[in-house]
Amino acid sequence: MTRRLFPVLAGLSLLFFVGAPVLIVRAPYESTMGLVQKIFYFHFAGWMAMFLAIFVLGIASIIFLFRRIRSADQLAVAAAEQAVIFGLIGLITGPLWGVKAWGVWWQWDARLTMAVILELILVAYLLLRQYGGPGSDRLAAGLGIFAMANVPFLYISTEIWRTVHPRTSVVPTLPVDFGLPLWWSVAGFVVICLAMLSARRRLEEQRATLDELYLALEDEA
Amino acid sequence: MSGRGRRARWLVVVILAVVLTGTWGESTLWAQPTDAAQDGFVPMDEIPPEEELPAAPLVMTAYAVAWAIVIGYLWTIWKRLGNVEKELADVGRRVSAGDRAGTGA
Repeated sequence: MTRRLFPVLAGLSLLFFVGAPVLIVRAPYESTMGLVQKIFYFHFAGWMAMFLAIFVLGIASIIFLFRRIRSADQLAVAAAEQAVIFGLIGLITGPLWGVKAWGVWWQWDARLTMAVILELILVAYLLLRQYGGPGSDRLAAGLGIFAMANVPFLYISTEIWRTVHPRTSVVPTLPVDFGLPLWWSVAGFVVICLAMLSARRRLEEQRATLDELYLALEDEA
Repeated sequence: MSGRGRRARWLVVVILAVVLTGTWGESTLWAQPTDAAQDGFVPMDEIPPEEELPAAPLVMTAYAVAWAIVIGYLWTIWKRLGNVEKELADVGRRVSAGDRAGTGA
């Protein structure tokens, strides 16, 4: 399944990533921010891909905790890594936009602070899986669910607290000229996230098979 | 060279040094300080265009970072998958060799 899915997803993501720069260049300049606003198309798309990965992580963690399905745990590990990667893109592109738009690289407001905390929770998940020892899979699953629970709060944080960050109402009210490159980029990031997720999950499957083979070797010895 | 000749040469050097020092000093030593703040800093309402950060390098850096992270991460998956599959083939051979030895015995 993974072997057949990956080339299709990789081809689709290539199509999106080739088309995205053309649409982004053609998009109009925003009146108050000018050229630097064009970072938004990858910045927002990166966060959307991160949220998707976190929802996969959370749901797979719930399935693993209550049903003990090993493949769900493998999917959760793969999704956690994707979430860290896309979160990193958001955390790097954001300050590059902010330094021009706000005049500062970083602002400790609610949205930005919550984004950093979410990224740290995900890094903690991966560290726990790497160094936690026996039983860390269940503990990490709890952390994965906690990360998923954070996402809605992060999303609506700009509505609850007034911050320097653009509000959630910006995206639904975008004119078509801004919206087309944005949703094209989001589709591209989502597809590439799924492609990497399928490849990363295959790695987890192969590692599990390797562990079984080592156990078989020990039994023979 | 005679003593008069040496003195004349020194005189020329000294005159040249005085002229050059005067020319340089006119522009630097005795120049008035600029209007850079000395008594206190006052905030500016509008940033002059020459002081503003150019947007293009920031946009290009943002896109380059996104691409580099995605491509770099894909490369690490490919590398790790290759290592695991190599190890898998190796262990698989050892297991099947063990099976054959077990059957033979």
